[in-house]
Amino acid sequence: MADKEQIIRISGVNPLKCMKCGKCTATCPNYDEMEYHPHQFVYMVEHGEIDKLMASESVYKCLTCFACVERCPRGVEPAKLIEAIRTEAVRRQGCNRLKADDIPARIDDDMPGQALMMATRKYTR
Amino acid sequence: MNRIGVFVCHCGTNIAATVDVHRVAETLGKEPSVVIAKDYQYMCSEAGQNMIKDAIREYGLTGLVVCSCSPRMHEATFRKAAASAGLNPYLVEIANIREQDSWIHKDIEEATEKAVILGRTAIAKVQLNTPLTAGESPVTKRALVIGGGIAGIQTALDIAEAGFEVDIVEKQPTIGGKMAQIDKTFPTLDCAACILTPKMVDCAQNDKITIYSYSEVAAVSGFVGNFSVKIKRKARFVDETKCTGCGLCTEKCPQKKVPNEFNLGLDNRRAIYIPFAQAVPKVATIDPDYCNMLKNGKCGVCAKVCGAQAIDYKAQDTYVEQQYGAIVVATGFNPINIDAYDEYAYSQSQNVVTSLELERLMNAAGPNGGTLLRPSDKKHPKTIVFVQCVGSRCDDSRGKGYCSKICCMYTAKHAMLIREKYPDTNVYVFYIDVRTPGKNFDEFYRRAVEQYNVHYVKGQVGKVVPKSDGNLIVYGSDLIEGKRLVIDADMVVLAAAIEPDKSARSIATMLTASMDTNDFFTEAHPKLRPVESPTAGIFLSGVCQGPKDIPETVAQATACAGKVIGLLVKDKLTCNPCVAHSDELMCNGCSSCEKVCPYGAITYEEKGFRQPDRTTKMRRVAIVNEAVCQGCGACTVACPSGAMDLKGFANKQIMAEVDAICL
Repeated sequence: MADKEQIIRISGVNPLKCMKCGKCTATCPNYDEMEYHPHQFVYMVEHGEIDKLMASESVYKCLTCFACVERCPRGVEPAKLIEAIRTEAVRRQGCNRLKADDIPARIDDDMPGQALMMATRKYTR
Repeated sequence: MNRIGVFVCHCGTNIAATVDVHRVAETLGKEPSVVIAKDYQYMCSEAGQNMIKDAIREYGLTGLVVCSCSPRMHEATFRKAAASAGLNPYLVEIANIREQDSWIHKDIEEATEKAVILGRTAIAKVQLNTPLTAGESPVTKRALVIGGGIAGIQTALDIAEAGFEVDIVEKQPTIGGKMAQIDKTFPTLDCAACILTPKMVDCAQNDKITIYSYSEVAAVSGFVGNFSVKIKRKARFVDETKCTGCGLCTEKCPQKKVPNEFNLGLDNRRAIYIPFAQAVPKVATIDPDYCNMLKNGKCGVCAKVCGAQAIDYKAQDTYVEQQYGAIVVATGFNPINIDAYDEYAYSQSQNVVTSLELERLMNAAGPNGGTLLRPSDKKHPKTIVFVQCVGSRCDDSRGKGYCSKICCMYTAKHAMLIREKYPDTNVYVFYIDVRTPGKNFDEFYRRAVEQYNVHYVKGQVGKVVPKSDGNLIVYGSDLIEGKRLVIDADMVVLAAAIEPDKSARSIATMLTASMDTNDFFTEAHPKLRPVESPTAGIFLSGVCQGPKDIPETVAQATACAGKVIGLLVKDKLTCNPCVAHSDELMCNGCSSCEKVCPYGAITYEEKGFRQPDRTTKMRRVAIVNEAVCQGCGACTVACPSGAMDLKGFANKQIMAEVDAICL
């Protein structure tokens, strides 16, 4: 069971600051790919629904582009919450998103090297 | 031969975008007697007024027509301009081509045609205008304030500060109004009593202020500067001049089962009572509906214990007649009756309360001494659900179409205070919108959410079902998460809409002051004259004019006092010369006009008339008191012989206008 307080502590985000305007979701460039959208992350963390979020593909679909953080009028920083949930997920044994063996198959020629490094950081323990 | 000038205003694009103003000026320039017709961008500007003044001098105009906005807006402006150029101000006519034309039409062709007709009508009328001279009437330098809540108190104090006598008429036994019932005020959380009661005491001690408590306005006559008001002083059966407010009678009275209205019936008081400890005047009042002595002559305990011998069971209502120059309406508000909202179970459960009841439940001077206990079993509530917009923004017969404005903030205050004092309490607020426009208001609301962790839920409560243990099942909607919430609550608090006090309508009738469909008093202009009624000499203070919170009420009360002082400092008022007059040769003394006159301006006298046979015949004829007549014109319509006519709006002028439109 992931704990709401744990997520809040890791991320440093206070979901109560959210005034539910939806600007984060409106600005999200990966909106179509996300099951849960940035405002839902904030709302669901506030209501302790961490497991649902952790089980969702949305955690990995987030581009970490920080558009939501940049534009939030209350400084809530939804991307940091998503990052915290992802961190919590990959910290768990056997929860690696990527296995080292799978990586070569995913590489294409256009992919910048930095993306690979990022993926290793973001998706593996 | 008349020489008439016509001036057509563009009002920026307000008129010019829909009306071809050049064509209007050109067309009207060809009307008989018109010697000059011009259009200009802003007729009311200095340049526009100078254009008019120059034309009056250059062409020796005998009449002026300005095609512009409503005469309520700028008639006075153009009359003043005409007067300064030597033209009698009552030779000016306004054709309203904005409110009655450009703003309501879209088609330029049609609107232009209508503007020409309206202009032609005004030209026809001005041909028959006669110069009028306004008379003067004196001003009684005393003001009446109806209602002794914070609005009335503030207005009275400010008027008294300027040195004028003020009387406050309050129907309750004490002044103080709703604010006296409130525990703390948003957004500063000041103690309401601590900031209100010193003002109440100031009123009592100010030698310019007379408080008529437990009194009502019974009749009003007269007009601006010269109102005559009859005040009914209801019998309180206690001599105000003798009672010391010791309160012994209120402790000894054996009739203990009287619902205490100050605590909204949440506890009981005695039949003789002082509403609350800081009441002004602090004197006891006997409630005749519950007093055994008054009902069946058996008791008399209060008279026995009263050391001041102030009790008088034989007291009668008395009446005071007083003259005033100005009258301020400060009749305030009440929460609406929410019995019709069955779904919230207000009448089924004691634990469903209104916000004002919660205010008393949390008040240190309230029924529980400031400890929040739910009414049914005096237990600490652990889960409290607040429901906003109960009856507000509700377009059916049960509620009010308007936003009551204060509920969002007082609910945030209640929620915050509860979380502060009882951190183990779960507090939910169901809202449709949270509206917090005001200095430090949104910050306050955000504090409730962010610091005090009040659960704000976007959505309404559908129904509340009482359980046998006193708890309440609340079915609500969480629209953001798209699901229904079912909450087991200990208490439900309903933010009931507010409405004008029921007494306001009869007062409006007595004052001939207009009201809107919700019984809020109408202001003379919603933006530019917000504290005056359209009826001259009647001023508006506080919620009687529209929902507002305490800071706004106090600001408006002071603004209102400023307007009253502006009136009372004048020694003379200019009368409206457009008053009725009777042609005594045509009058047959039938009294029709006297019966319809709302101002009592018409009297009759016997007058001798020389007959063809050289005898003198006595006949009864109508006389109009020009100082009292307000020029409403009711008598001119009622007069069967056509003797009664209105200066400036003569029958033949009206007919000329009709002819100009129809012929």
